[in-house]
Amino acid sequence: MSLLDPEPPRQAGEPRPALLIIGVGNPDRGDDAIGPLLLERLRADLPAGTDAGAGTVALLDAYQLQPEHALELRERRLSIVVDAAAGGPAPFSVTAVAPAPAPTITTHSLSPAALAAVYQQLFGQPPALTLLAVRGEAFGLGAPLSAAAAQHLAAALDWLRALLRSENDFAKRKPMPNGRIRA
Amino acid sequence: MSTPLETATHPQRLRRVCIEPLTRVEGHGKVTLLLDDDDQVQQARLHIVEFRGFERFIQGRPFWELPVTVQRLCGICPVSHHLAAAKACDRLVGVPELSPTADKVRRLMHFGQVLQSHALHFFHLSSPDLLFGFDDAPAHRNIVGVIHDEPELARRGVLLRRYGQEVIRVCAGKRIHGSGAIPGGVNKALDNADRELLAADIAQVIDWAEDAVALMQQLFAAGGDAYRRFASEPANSLSLVRPDGALELYDGRLRARDAQGEPIIEQASDQDYAELLQEQVKPWSYMKFPFIAALGPETGWYRVGPLARVNNCDFIDTPRAEAARRAFAAVGEGRPVQSVLATHWARLIELLHCAEAIARLLDDPDIIGADLLREGTPARSGIGVLEAPRGTLFHHYEIDADGLVTRANLIVSTTNNNQAMNTAIRRVAQDALNGHTLTEGLLNRIEVAIRAFDPCLSCATHALGQMPLAVTLARVDGVVLDRLRRDADGAVRRDAAESHAGAASA
Repeated sequence: MSLLDPEPPRQAGEPRPALLIIGVGNPDRGDDAIGPLLLERLRADLPAGTDAGAGTVALLDAYQLQPEHALELRERRLSIVVDAAAGGPAPFSVTAVAPAPAPTITTHSLSPAALAAVYQQLFGQPPALTLLAVRGEAFGLGAPLSAAAAQHLAAALDWLRALLRSENDFAKRKPMPNGRIRA
Repeated sequence: MSTPLETATHPQRLRRVCIEPLTRVEGHGKVTLLLDDDDQVQQARLHIVEFRGFERFIQGRPFWELPVTVQRLCGICPVSHHLAAAKACDRLVGVPELSPTADKVRRLMHFGQVLQSHALHFFHLSSPDLLFGFDDAPAHRNIVGVIHDEPELARRGVLLRRYGQEVIRVCAGKRIHGSGAIPGGVNKALDNADRELLAADIAQVIDWAEDAVALMQQLFAAGGDAYRRFASEPANSLSLVRPDGALELYDGRLRARDAQGEPIIEQASDQDYAELLQEQVKPWSYMKFPFIAALGPETGWYRVGPLARVNNCDFIDTPRAEAARRAFAAVGEGRPVQSVLATHWARLIELLHCAEAIARLLDDPDIIGADLLREGTPARSGIGVLEAPRGTLFHHYEIDADGLVTRANLIVSTTNNNQAMNTAIRRVAQDALNGHTLTEGLLNRIEVAIRAFDPCLSCATHALGQMPLAVTLARVDGVVLDRLRRDADGAVRRDAAESHAGAASA
């Protein structure tokens, strides 16, 4: 296996999970923990011993979105970025992400749209990318999750669980001979 | 003390221009310019909120948690904080010198961190400016523009990032929030499978790094005097160096040189940093202004980071990076290179050095050794200093008898560069903005200067919902005359003037 191969590493005969959920955020900054907390709850749903990177869904923690995350989108049917939002509708919004580059003065963050743009230019049309923006209220260092954010997180978790149930049904219905999920 | 253009004589008579770059939490970085009626810059300030709150956040925590806790400071260089804290904790457990295996595993982790950070900076952030020029269309002047026009370059950038992160994962257990370094050593060495995984690609990594250095050298030469003069002001340089004068990123002695290359601090112990450096508070900025104590605040400010390090060292102990350093030094004709844009060149020389150093460590049998941890006589105070990708990083902790932190002092690279960044934007403002109508291209020059330093803008948090750039032109009474906004898709939009804005507070 080469680390410089842009194609995803693969086990013999095993496809990548068709669904990828990226939880973005800093657990030590109040409601910014929404992304990683959602992934933590989803991991708890998995049967004991299940690899969160196998099966139907892959779960990926990310402090910040960065260009190399474009490699993680390869061979997915759908990728979902879960992030706390300082504004916008509560409890959450779901938005289809279109590629859009964004100039910045710092390397310290990349928007989902800019990530899709990186993918587009590296590999062509990106697979479906959705932003699940969960409304947060307070982002202080060392602050706990706010009561409002806890409610928003619960609502977003319900939405994701429903999506995963339908995704599992989808996977059972439509296996392809090569093991990939039909789009 | 106020430096030229820091404070206008009669600010109430001036118009205000405010540039607010993207920050994930409101109000963490902006540039304000005060222009007189003839569009001459009379005042220029860069404001960045510093997270002094983090020091209070870790008070009361057990010191052995620090190497993991402090990684939450930065999403881009968590390993630098991890290792600086671990070095400070080594002192707390009385182990100033690690076993060879622990030392080399930590160094490998650090080289992986610097490599991936430098690759991200050049390929993602700065190369669009350098490849396409400062006046290129904003929608093109970004990583996507690079990928479109230089697809191989962009692909390499992404893959170099991934390689560096795999180095970190192998050394620290995880790509983020790893726990490889612990007080007194490391909790694991590499195994043969790790070693073979990384060794398989390192020759290619070195070649790509060398290509990037060559490209940057060409770009700098092609830029001519405009590149050399851009944002350039004579500055002191501060960095660690090895006792023999070599470039040193992980553990060395403090050296400071002035703009002529004359020594100010030579081979001082990093444990004496508090006597060597002081910090000044200014009423208009939350971030402190460090300076060399012996020189005072007016002339003692300094630059840290790749440019300071490559200027400060006598040589680099890996052959290809040393050859690149010699070519770089020739530009300075015997004096430190002062061009802010040369920071990008120096950064890539360090990228090459890291790649070569990783290759050397992977060949070292100590890297798979079993002697991981040492013990010593505990102490109540610990100082850890290293060279993070953006510059010198200081961690200083004091603990009580129960091992709980009673006091912490962190001086991060962005703070060390505070005055240098302010000086750079003042130079740009004087050179590029005076007497001109404000345009996105002109204002981008200020961003170009800031990008060279890549300041850490509240990177430890990142809620969605902020716009990338807003430029506001207002009278000092708060009435907005004009507003220029760049949206997330790179498009520039001029908003209708508003009746009032709070921009006059800075």
